[in-house]
Amino acid sequence: MLKRQPISSLVDSLKEKKISVQELFDQFHEVAKENKNNSYNLVLDPEYQKSNIKASQERYSAGTNLPLDGIPLGIKDLFCTKGITTTASSKILSNFIPQYESFVTQQLLNDGAIFIGKNNCDEFAMGSSNETSHFGPVVNPWQNKNSPSEKLVPGGSSGGSAAAVAEGSCVASMGTDTGGSIRQPASLCGLVGLKPTFGSCSRWGIVAFASSLDQAGPITNCVEDAAYILNSISKHDFNDSTSSNYQRDDYIKDIDKKLDHKIKIGIPSDYLKNVTPEITAQIENTKKLLAGHDIEFIDVAFETTDYALSTYYIIAPAEASSNLARYDGIRYGVREGGSNLDDIYLNSRTSGFGDEVTRRILIGTYVLSAGYYDAYYRQAQKVRRLIKDDFQRIFQEVDFILTPTTPNEAFKIGEKLDPIAMYMNDVFTVPTSLAGLPGISLPSGLSSNGLPLGVQIIGNYFEEKKLLQLSNLIEKELSFNE
Amino acid sequence: MSNNWEMVIGLEVHAQLKTTSKLFSSSPNLFGSEPNENVNFIDSGMPGMLPVLNWACIEKAIKTGFALNFTINKHSVFERKNYFYPDLPQGYQISQFEFPILSEGYLDIDQPDGSTKKIRIERAHLEQDAGKSIHDIDPKFSFIDLNRVGTPLLEIVSYPDLSSAEDVVNYMSSLRQTLMYIDVCDGNMQEGSLRADVNLSVRKPGGELGTRCEIKNLNSFKFISQAIEFEFQRQIEVLEAGESVEQNTMLFDTNTGETRPMRSKEFSHDYRYFPDPDLLPVNLTDEQINQIKPSMEELPHDKMNRYINEYKIDKDISKVIIAEKENTVLFEQMINESDVTPKNIASCLVGDIFAFIKEKNIEVLSLLEFTKDITDLLKLISEDVISNKAGKEILPQVLEGKGKPNELVKKMGLEQVSDSSELEKIIKEALVGEEENIAKFQGGSDRVLGYFVGKCLKSTKGKGNPKLINKILLEKLKK
Repeated sequence: MLKRQPISSLVDSLKEKKISVQELFDQFHEVAKENKNNSYNLVLDPEYQKSNIKASQERYSAGTNLPLDGIPLGIKDLFCTKGITTTASSKILSNFIPQYESFVTQQLLNDGAIFIGKNNCDEFAMGSSNETSHFGPVVNPWQNKNSPSEKLVPGGSSGGSAAAVAEGSCVASMGTDTGGSIRQPASLCGLVGLKPTFGSCSRWGIVAFASSLDQAGPITNCVEDAAYILNSISKHDFNDSTSSNYQRDDYIKDIDKKLDHKIKIGIPSDYLKNVTPEITAQIENTKKLLAGHDIEFIDVAFETTDYALSTYYIIAPAEASSNLARYDGIRYGVREGGSNLDDIYLNSRTSGFGDEVTRRILIGTYVLSAGYYDAYYRQAQKVRRLIKDDFQRIFQEVDFILTPTTPNEAFKIGEKLDPIAMYMNDVFTVPTSLAGLPGISLPSGLSSNGLPLGVQIIGNYFEEKKLLQLSNLIEKELSFNE
Repeated sequence: MSNNWEMVIGLEVHAQLKTTSKLFSSSPNLFGSEPNENVNFIDSGMPGMLPVLNWACIEKAIKTGFALNFTINKHSVFERKNYFYPDLPQGYQISQFEFPILSEGYLDIDQPDGSTKKIRIERAHLEQDAGKSIHDIDPKFSFIDLNRVGTPLLEIVSYPDLSSAEDVVNYMSSLRQTLMYIDVCDGNMQEGSLRADVNLSVRKPGGELGTRCEIKNLNSFKFISQAIEFEFQRQIEVLEAGESVEQNTMLFDTNTGETRPMRSKEFSHDYRYFPDPDLLPVNLTDEQINQIKPSMEELPHDKMNRYINEYKIDKDISKVIIAEKENTVLFEQMINESDVTPKNIASCLVGDIFAFIKEKNIEVLSLLEFTKDITDLLKLISEDVISNKAGKEILPQVLEGKGKPNELVKKMGLEQVSDSSELEKIIKEALVGEEENIAKFQGGSDRVLGYFVGKCLKSTKGKGNPKLINKILLEKLKK
């Protein structure tokens, strides 16, 4: 069984000719094409990938294989893929075929990866359960052992990506995270989800939701796989003005290295104020797992946590309302008729956008409007600065911060109808996003219903290397994969 | 009736920056291409496309800052101005709002009485231009040309310091001249490289400011003057009828010469400006600002002073030359290439050469390749090889590239006869049978001398050196 094998061992098998690139692709493609959890908006035809598979195989034969050669990956349908329909799970882009490849997916292609298909997600990445997709909800491959007939959400917005990895239809999937969209679904599907520092991975060619928050990252079976993918996608890109030109590390090298000095991990008490004992237990378990290492746990307290969600739900919709203005039915995408220009705009956008997207465009338009800007948008920017400062204050004391990833396990499709209840799902991931810090979600155990739960580790800016080393250590101790 | 009222005008000038590519994309910044030829994924607002600042635009803004006495702000921010229109693919225009790159400058303009007036400039900011919507090709469809999308503009906003159409034209032409001199804008108003929005209100002299109307998108001096005069009278009529001026955006109809309201401000957009999260703030260091200084071209006013003081050229002639930058390019190339006096070059330039350019309707700079020939010709005149008159005959041939001056002189047989023995012979002949006139001269009538010179020139078919003829004649006659 090749599923759940780390990328490194798959590459070894391919090198040693234990399996061919075609065979590997077929194994995953077979699961993908059934699409039983609706985790794909589009599964690519094997014919389409034929030449890529052949080229990859030739590189293995010649001993010139690339770091991700032949590895089947899922791609969230938010990344523009050249010649392949890219919809952002929205009706308005349901017929859109980009003539360009996003920077991040281009890096993966350059490293030999083979795409299985485009993963379903929340419409324009707006949602926490993958229920806002124009193409229907994604089903979490995990089942509640006490109620197995219930269909559960995989989380969102990268819900299709998480479900695809969990169901074994791809080795890993590229997601994007604006307020928790990689970490939360990874947690709800028992996977590793990494949101890198803002500026690590270029946003060029990713359908924009909230430009100051959007960041690409992988959802994987294990920490080492996340490191493999980060090695490929984290590069400076001149075409993204917010792409950082800092010197990247090799994230694979020394990932198994033992901690060479004592580290301090902060546990924010304010994150654990209103959570169930089951969630608190995840933190306690993680502490216990690391008991044998030279790690000190320190209680820390943020001053701004209570304001993070409101701040996020002003800034993200504000940016979204402007970012989504280009979808007007004029140049591409779905256009509805109308007797004059305003009608064409009104009809195309009313018909093209779903309820959640419409709601956020309205919120965003409101908070930027004359007379409200200072009270909402400007104020939110000020609070955002305080949140960043708050993190930096804590990072003077500790190396990492350990929190739950989500306040709950996977819930039923259709269960959370109130938008605010839905937004609460991101309460632990949003502060990290506002601060632009790297965060990773790791599986930490199962709930009483047998559903996966996760913990989040937050590092300081561009400290992905150390973050991955610590995560790798926790993963080893937990041996969750067995 | 306008005697009882005065106008108060502020100007918003949009200058298209002369750069190779657009403000935030690598598409060519060109006028006159086929529709939608200079459009890439960024310009057409494709999903996931991101703007990248073209640094050349910052440099042009800094140059403008130096030229117009601005404070160059070390911190400026690009913001999004949100509105929907088919020729605005992103659904927002990237502009500067709260933090412009330039603040508080001024420009001195000449007044009819010879004094200057200081026009204060509130700010100048960088922004993207929109595309063009074309509504008159088809009765049912509108057409969109995105070539102009993303073209860099510098919007220069004056204080309401202008008080007449003449003021506005003076300010605008002085601004145009300056921007062209520093290579920031090509100044081509017909192509829309420079256009103005006029904010006009009227008041009783010294009274409180009235409600203003904005006349949009004027792209010629003639239209600017017409629009101002019309709008001035219109507002007076409204006020004198006891009504009040409504704050409006006006369009100027070039066919009727009238202004009419475009949209009322109360229906105008709320642009929802906010900092563009795709772009970093522009933070400049003193070093970055100051390193632009050495590359600054000489400003028109400085150039004029240099012409007057260094080249000893009359103020009026200097003014004519500096009016257009290209004149100065031609002029200075001629000065640099020869030892003919700048004064001689200048008078030939503003006289015969400008007349030729006007007559043939050609570009000034098209003559750059003939500057050496022109000065060679001027040298032949100053060295008495040919007469001034012959020079005038040869010049058009030189400017049309029909040959080198010395070849043309020979070919056209215009070489001056300066051989004194030959001239003496001619003079001798001319004096035969002129005893009466010779006596007159010797009796004190100078006018006779001119008669004799003319007679000698005639017999040399105009090629005789008049100075030499004069000299020999005097010698002969005094005997």
